[in-house]
Amino acid sequence: MTQHPRRTFLRNTLATAVLVAAGGTGLFSPPRALAAEWPKDAFTAKKLDEAISALFGSSATSPSASIKLKAPAQAENSAQVQIQVTAELPDVEAIAVFVEKNPSPLVAHASFSGAEGYFSARMKMAQTSDVYAVVKSGGKLYTAKQNIKVTVGGCGG
Amino acid sequence: MATDKQTKIRTKTHDGVTDVLVLVSHPMETGLRTDPKTKEKVPPHFIQKMSFFLNGKEVVSTDLSTAVSKDPLIGIKLKGAKPGAKLKVTWSDNKGESGSEETTIN
Repeated sequence: MTQHPRRTFLRNTLATAVLVAAGGTGLFSPPRALAAEWPKDAFTAKKLDEAISALFGSSATSPSASIKLKAPAQAENSAQVQIQVTAELPDVEAIAVFVEKNPSPLVAHASFSGAEGYFSARMKMAQTSDVYAVVKSGGKLYTAKQNIKVTVGGCGG
Repeated sequence: MATDKQTKIRTKTHDGVTDVLVLVSHPMETGLRTDPKTKEKVPPHFIQKMSFFLNGKEVVSTDLSTAVSKDPLIGIKLKGAKPGAKLKVTWSDNKGESGSEETTIN
């Protein structure tokens, strides 16, 4: 009968070990869940249309004059291209910026709930390309584009 | 995870619209660059998520990629944010590093 407590002890230890293991994975899962929200497919897509549909579920866009894309016509430093997107549309849900000829076109994506439809950032460009701002408003996608020249060597070509 | 990377917030209110600029000192490595000394590819290291909270409520959530420049400077605009409102910015990168900064809108 003296073996009984020992067995119970062993069983309990094992159970605790399992619990600890489960708790351990539980501890690590929140960051993973956060990373999963980052739209990996959209960011790794190699083509503009694929990136837009991976992000928004559709690549059907229409040009809109209500989107102001402010960017230099010529970028002197291709690693620091300042862009500003202002969407004067009602209910702006999201703004995304794409550089068509970058290795992966999607640069950034911002979703809004209670802020103005505005997003600015500095981005890198591989070469001269059309830059697209895609705005989701009322469930539809609108775009504005601008060509930005990238001068190799920075001599203003 | 703690980080040595600095996060700075600047706000300016004009006619009821608050301009918010966030600067994070972050290398934003693309994973395409080769280290000139070791001739090896530098692994990607970049901010993936950045979120803006006004008085605890998330107002803007952004997903960033390697195409965002080194030391990202991200700008958003808030309408009707009252002076004294708390603005919090959090970010996390692909290596699990994260940072946050809080400021009061003036």
